[in-house]
Amino acid sequence: MRDAIVRLTSAAKAFSTPEGRQVRALDGIDLEIGRNEFITLLGPSGCGKTTLLQAISGFVELDSGRIEIDGEVMTDRPPYRRPVNTVFQNYALFPHMNVGDNTAYALEVAGVPRAERIERVRAVLRLVGLEGMEGRLPRQLSGGQQQRVALARAIVARPKVLLLDEPLSALDKNLREAMQLELKTLQHELGITFIFVTHDQQEALTMSDRVAVLADGRIQQLDTPRTIYDQPVSTFVASFIGASNLLDGRCDGGNFIGSDGTAFRHRECDSKGPATALIRPEQFFLAARAASDPAIEVTLEQIVFVGSSFELFGRTGSGRRLVAQVPAGERHAVGALEAGGAARWYYDPESVHVIRDRKAA
Amino acid sequence: MSIASQRRWQLSLLLGPASLFLLVFFLIPLGIMVVTSFLAPGLYGGVEWSFYPHNFGRILGFADPAFEEFDPVYIAIFLRSLKIAALTVVATLLVCYPAAFHISRLPDRWKNFCLFLITLPFFSSLIVRLFVWVMILRPTGLVNETLLSAGVIARPLEMIYTDGAIILGMVYVFIPFMFMPVYASIEKLDWRLVQASLDLGAGPVRSFLRIILPLTAPGILAGSVIVFIPALGNFVVPAILGGAKVMMLGNLIEAQFLSARNWPFGSALAMMVMAVMLVLLVAYVIVSGRRNLAASAA
Ligand SMILES: Nc1ncnc2c1ncn2[C@@H]1O[C@H](COP(=O)(O)OP(=O)(O)OP(=O)(O)O)[C@@H](O)[C@H]1O
Ligand SMILES: [Mg+2]
Repeated sequence: MRDAIVRLTSAAKAFSTPEGRQVRALDGIDLEIGRNEFITLLGPSGCGKTTLLQAISGFVELDSGRIEIDGEVMTDRPPYRRPVNTVFQNYALFPHMNVGDNTAYALEVAGVPRAERIERVRAVLRLVGLEGMEGRLPRQLSGGQQQRVALARAIVARPKVLLLDEPLSALDKNLREAMQLELKTLQHELGITFIFVTHDQQEALTMSDRVAVLADGRIQQLDTPRTIYDQPVSTFVASFIGASNLLDGRCDGGNFIGSDGTAFRHRECDSKGPATALIRPEQFFLAARAASDPAIEVTLEQIVFVGSSFELFGRTGSGRRLVAQVPAGERHAVGALEAGGAARWYYDPESVHVIRDRKAA
Repeated sequence: MSIASQRRWQLSLLLGPASLFLLVFFLIPLGIMVVTSFLAPGLYGGVEWSFYPHNFGRILGFADPAFEEFDPVYIAIFLRSLKIAALTVVATLLVCYPAAFHISRLPDRWKNFCLFLITLPFFSSLIVRLFVWVMILRPTGLVNETLLSAGVIARPLEMIYTDGAIILGMVYVFIPFMFMPVYASIEKLDWRLVQASLDLGAGPVRSFLRIILPLTAPGILAGSVIVFIPALGNFVVPAILGGAKVMMLGNLIEAQFLSARNWPFGSALAMMVMAVMLVLLVAYVIVSGRRNLAASAA
């Protein structure tokens, strides 16, 4: 990437645990983040997301590797001299300062004159929807409002990069979804690079330009949300993002042959070897769309109505559990089914993704 | 029974013993002292039952013309005591604040051990501990002997029986009193706020002044009051380390009661000390009350 604003090269960090073991929180991370990009770090708990953010903000010192921001090497710079600000998970608002002083803090530190400070604070508070709240103390605000103050405080000095460590995890579902859209819009308006940490895959898919899936201190896959969802590089990524039905098997002569007998032609089976087929729940149909569509015979175990759709849980003859999702609009087709009965789930081989598992190969 | 009257009952039951204790052992003696301070001293100790404002007059500038001229020595002793108490507060704070910081960041095991060490002096007699300081500081004491035999000095340094010795002794005595409240406020300091400050571009010094100091101020304030008030009236330390040369309020009062046998004047002095403390306490309550109000107003 020519126009990278953040560039990490072979970044590594290990912590020693009290038990005397070494935990590799970052295990050789190479990452380039573009100007104006909204990138999300996604991964299970303990995979190193916070460590990666803190390496960028300067609170974690790397064992090896380097970090550049906007072409300048940051590796040995203290946090207070990096052009990066953070929205902390617990907000970390200063309890003894009101909203105005909290928001003005970065400007005050940078020596911005008072009149300009007041103007900029007013503008940024308007931007996050807290107009006129300058005089309130943090504890006089709701969780959502505190969240906005934390955001306002972090963007008021126009950092080159904004780091957000699970900023929405303390909010309830409705507020969280509203904030997701607002954050996305805000990022667009401000033109600041956002590095966003979450372990909520839905959040990652909704907001990001690109998603980096982390596990064990390594980047497993870095790509657009659609590519990550449709073409995960490994069974780990496939099962971490979205619900998935994974059929193990092998590729042979251009066909995918499942261990339970499923077989279809597939373009990704260009060489022999073990493979896993990924069929997303919404890729199953209750009726064939084309005469050539293959189907899987299942015994229905449960039918769950979740509002916009039905979730059908079934089990194949070989005992594998599968899940299908049927839009609520097709309720007539679902109505004919009942738990315990047999059903045929059709799918389009074109939409199936075959993972050539490197580990298994 | 209404809930309100039931609560009143509970309250009087809970507060009863303490109130009784305070009444018998605090309010009544205090009343006696107030009355005594306005009585004339008897010729051979004791009191004469007539109104006599000159006990306070001796201190403040309208001495009884029948006996003496006004001597500002008592005001001087007052000021000196205030100065020594204030210096004690500053010195204990300078010792305790960094130490509390360091200890609060130790692993739990070490933390508890250090807290134990700080309370350790309470296990032995204050008098004994102060006499150890006499051994250390006197002309033939540990420090002087060591320096003399090392050839660093030719004559013993004059260390004991000075203001310096008193302050040293006071600091030594009052360190635990300053340490505990300061430590409590530092211990519960949220380090993520300091991180946020650094993240927003404030260097270590500014982060300390704008974040750490204001957030630990309640502990500093409480510790200062807890040290200042007993330091102002302390008479053990000046008696042992100040010798006869250095008079402080505590010994002055003690002398009026025990050697001069002038109870009214002693009472008047004690009342003056109480007045100073009262002013300080009221100021403290107002300041900390305003802080709490600011922090918890909803
Ligand atoms: N200061 C530390 N000392 C020792 N180990 C640490 C320290 N900080 C992090 N770790 C370890 O490093 C690994 C990565 O931690 P990190 O906080 O980056 O995880 P995370 O991805 O942010 O997890 P979560 O989603 O739970 O916040 C974990 O195994 C953690 O136990
Ligand atoms: Mg984390």
